[in-house]
Amino acid sequence: MTHATVAGAHGHAPPQGFLRKHVFSLDHKVIGKQYLDLALVAVCTGMVLSWLMRFHLAWPETPIPGLAKLSPNGAAGGVITPEYYLSLMTMHGTIMVFFVLTTAPFAGFGNYFLPIQVGAEDMAFPRINMMSFWVTLVAFLVLISAFVVGDGPPLSGWTAYAPLSAVGKDAGPGQGVGQTLWAVSITLFCVAQLLGALNFVTTTLDLRTKGMSLARMPYSTWAWFITSVIGLIAFAVLMPACILLILDRVAGTSFFIPAGLVISDRLQPHAGGSPLLWQHLFWFFGHPEVYIAILPGFGIISHILPVFARKPLLGPRVLIACLIAIAFLSYTVWGHHMFLSGMNPFSATLFSVPTLVITIPATIVTLLWIGTIYGARLRFTTPALFCLGFVSVFVSGGISGFFLAQPSIDTYLHGTYFVVGHFHFVMGVAAMFGIFAATYFWAPKMFGRMMNETLGKWHFWLTFIGVYCVFMPMHYLGLAGNVRRYSAFTDDYLKPLIPLHRFITIAALCTGAAQLIFLFNLIRSRFRGPQAPDNPWEATSLEWSTTSPPPFDNFGGRPPVVERGPNEYGIASGARGMDYAMQAAAAPVSAR
Amino acid sequence: MTLPPAFFRRDAPMRTHSVLLPATVLLLGGPMLIRSDVVGAPAPGGTITGKVTYTGTPPKMKPIDMAKEPACAQAHAAAPVMTENVVTGPGNTLEWVVVYISAGDQGAAPATEPVRYDQKNCQYIPHVAAMDVNEALDVYNNDPHSHNIHPLARVNPEWNKSQPKGAPPIHTTWEKPEFIPVKCNIHPWMHGWFAVLTTPHFAVTGDNGTFTLAGLPPGKYTVTAWHEQFGTQSQDVTVTGSETKPVSFVFKATPY
Amino acid sequence: MGKLFAVVVTIITVVSTAIFIAHTWWLPPDISAHGPAIDRQLSETMISSGVLFVLSQLALALFAWRFGDRKDGRRVKPFPGGATPMVVFAAVLVGAEILTLTLVGAKVWAGVFQTPSDPNSLQIDVQAEQFAFYFRYAGPDGRFGATHPELINEASENFFGLDPARDTSARDDIVVPTLTIPLNRPIALTLRAKDVNHAFYVPELRIQQDFVPGLTIPLHFTATQTGRYEIVCTQLCGLGHYNMRAYIEVLPQAQFDQWLKDKAAQQ
Repeated sequence: MTHATVAGAHGHAPPQGFLRKHVFSLDHKVIGKQYLDLALVAVCTGMVLSWLMRFHLAWPETPIPGLAKLSPNGAAGGVITPEYYLSLMTMHGTIMVFFVLTTAPFAGFGNYFLPIQVGAEDMAFPRINMMSFWVTLVAFLVLISAFVVGDGPPLSGWTAYAPLSAVGKDAGPGQGVGQTLWAVSITLFCVAQLLGALNFVTTTLDLRTKGMSLARMPYSTWAWFITSVIGLIAFAVLMPACILLILDRVAGTSFFIPAGLVISDRLQPHAGGSPLLWQHLFWFFGHPEVYIAILPGFGIISHILPVFARKPLLGPRVLIACLIAIAFLSYTVWGHHMFLSGMNPFSATLFSVPTLVITIPATIVTLLWIGTIYGARLRFTTPALFCLGFVSVFVSGGISGFFLAQPSIDTYLHGTYFVVGHFHFVMGVAAMFGIFAATYFWAPKMFGRMMNETLGKWHFWLTFIGVYCVFMPMHYLGLAGNVRRYSAFTDDYLKPLIPLHRFITIAALCTGAAQLIFLFNLIRSRFRGPQAPDNPWEATSLEWSTTSPPPFDNFGGRPPVVERGPNEYGIASGARGMDYAMQAAAAPVSAR
Repeated sequence: MTLPPAFFRRDAPMRTHSVLLPATVLLLGGPMLIRSDVVGAPAPGGTITGKVTYTGTPPKMKPIDMAKEPACAQAHAAAPVMTENVVTGPGNTLEWVVVYISAGDQGAAPATEPVRYDQKNCQYIPHVAAMDVNEALDVYNNDPHSHNIHPLARVNPEWNKSQPKGAPPIHTTWEKPEFIPVKCNIHPWMHGWFAVLTTPHFAVTGDNGTFTLAGLPPGKYTVTAWHEQFGTQSQDVTVTGSETKPVSFVFKATPY
Repeated sequence: MGKLFAVVVTIITVVSTAIFIAHTWWLPPDISAHGPAIDRQLSETMISSGVLFVLSQLALALFAWRFGDRKDGRRVKPFPGGATPMVVFAAVLVGAEILTLTLVGAKVWAGVFQTPSDPNSLQIDVQAEQFAFYFRYAGPDGRFGATHPELINEASENFFGLDPARDTSARDDIVVPTLTIPLNRPIALTLRAKDVNHAFYVPELRIQQDFVPGLTIPLHFTATQTGRYEIVCTQLCGLGHYNMRAYIEVLPQAQFDQWLKDKAAQQ
């Protein structure tokens, strides 16, 4: 259905009062910004945790100033205990994957821009949308409360393998209330994401304005749409898995716990469960989850790169086909996290095939971006730099995946820093670069103010060089057999690798410090930046056809009529000397 | 620093009429005249003394291979540490038996010296530490790596705590009497016991199997001997004055 | 700015590739019978992915250098052939490499994990627990005693929960924290977990396998060089995970036989 709704048909009256306008708002734009603010708080928290971890790995016996006051149990005397390190690691992973990488590119920017890009007034279900945000916020608060309750945060990693996560407090510090809070938080997060995904799918299918066929949708909208379909299935599996985990912990069930386990000198009162069942359920969610984290980034880069290349994206239909192929394949590969898990080894070979096959559409989209900048007239603004940087780091991260996808090689590299380097490149760096590109690109539209270009460029260069210094060496560590998730390197063969760890730590702290530039730029520009015009980047999609920021109902009561796709850049004979044609402008007679 | 087991005994019960005289002296300004922390100061009263032995064949103690912690493996390279769940001495004596007054006693006097528990070269020293309820316990890590002490208490709250290299000692107390097995979460061979008692009259046998409970006012007492593997035995003893009453315990040992 | 980007990307590419090629940090020498096949698979993947890595990064750098907007009014150029060369390159060249690596790699993998152990193997029972490995040999009677989780008593070193009082086959079982094996002899391990997931990893042996509570998992290999190497746990198992290690000692056959005799005498 491609009709536009009559203004106000699904709509709601303009909000009155501070609470309705800025706190309990039904407006997808406010909700999008709320998600982005939550992700900002989350990423700062997650980053501080990573600094503590890296410092401890490099200088395990050096007290960290102030930490003893903050964490008298976890860091008596300022030195992080082994269990506290693992708790920091668990919370770092959980916060970053869920509350940053799933929240910012998808819930944050998607909520703000999907309705506008399809020409709608709001999401299909504004109330459900508001509820999604508040449930996400409650999930975050529940998770953070693990820092201050009971025995501290869980230490089983963001992957929470059973039975370590399932038997309760016998399994170790943090595995009491902390782990239960973790499971509750993630259950709530799943609920919120499922509701959000429903909104995205319905809005995309039903609320497109007149002339906005599916083929004419911007690539970011396509990516958000495909991501939400992935999410509907993935989160629908994680949620019951977490509920089963909670039941094992508090209700005496044994979904994931077999008989005969002796933990803390106690024979555990469970029987009949399977630890591998948790791994299958978790990774059936977990692999699509990493595509949920990166696919919006693909869409954002595909959306932004042509703007600053001043030429159309190469092969847009091929891009969409590849995104759909990646989404479909993402459900067939989860076992590559489990090659050595004890599942039937023949399954490993089966899983490795689609895992390697996914390389093909991923290579194609990367080559499409590189082909887009061929022959371009690149404008090296900050968002453009982050797009180019995205391509570089995604190549680096994707290539290391090529090794891990093969079970014979994974026999050596599994559980080492090679894996840590790989997923940080694709998630911690590439997806973050997508978020940065989106922020610098869309800040003028969201806040009506331009961000500072000089500060932006400094942020880019320090970050780009910094992340390579942090994460490329991890591949070398992995090849040397450096095991991951260790709170200290006391093995004979690991001690010689500590100098490289120190280098990584120093790079990480410097790169972290560089993010202060971004934070300063963002906060200052949001309130005091120079005024932004409607279309500062000369882009084509519908968000640039309205004011900066858009009015309450996005288009001032006049839904746009779309006459072309989003890819009209580099036009020799554009109207009024423009080298581009906006989606909503009237098309020149010759283009018909 | 290894403290001999005979160190762990208390000699000063608090009974009302025996408090009046020292209290008067104190009030009259003689705070320096009485020091309650002088251990071994002879107190009036009877003494129960004896020996703990076994019959039968005890299990062979096994050498502990600490290979996974190289610093500790090296420290014991010349003479490996043996398991300590059944330690015997010449003459079929039994070590690490806690002998204490389990009935007839008036209660514990607060001690002023904390009980010290050391983690050294991946061993708990002493293997069995006896103490009173609410008595201070200090746990030290003397090793160049982390330990995580885990008292597996069932009556008292169960806890565990990591001490990285150079960490400060853990100060703690126990509220209820209990025999608490202690393990290290990081080094599976490290095992010990906290014997938390409500009496100041207790002793832990050394390799000569002997124990002495002194300073007992006249009365009927039940003396209990506890061994971690061979169980508990009790005997009733009556003390009439300041005599020394002999009591012996014989445990049945089995090889498995 | 475009030129700066190109230079930075080129430097990063050259430096990181050089470090890979120089083997500055690299795998330790292989000591296993199946290791060379894994190392070959790794080298082949290194080369093909290295080529792809270098080509894509340098293409990115080159285009960023050349195609900045010089405000000279030139028209943008589409990529010659459009999207088709991209699809063809990926599907055909990358696809062919993937196919080759999959077919060869599947055989390497099957050789380690999908073939049964040699019937002549030395059988060793392995238990992983928080936070140590213990290894059990059958002793002179050639039979492993039954294990009973409720009988586990670490204070008396009964890590496997054996019942020597009633089970005679358990009395001569040899339990040690160091995996001592003879050179050039097939070894068949049986992996069991006492409490949570663990893993067995020896980089030099090119072997790794998770322990799963409730499962009994076989693992076999043959060591081709003597020496002392580390076994480390690679599956997060709790606070002592970083300290969970054991040593593996590969001895010449005669020395191993003597070691086994000495140990049997001590039981």
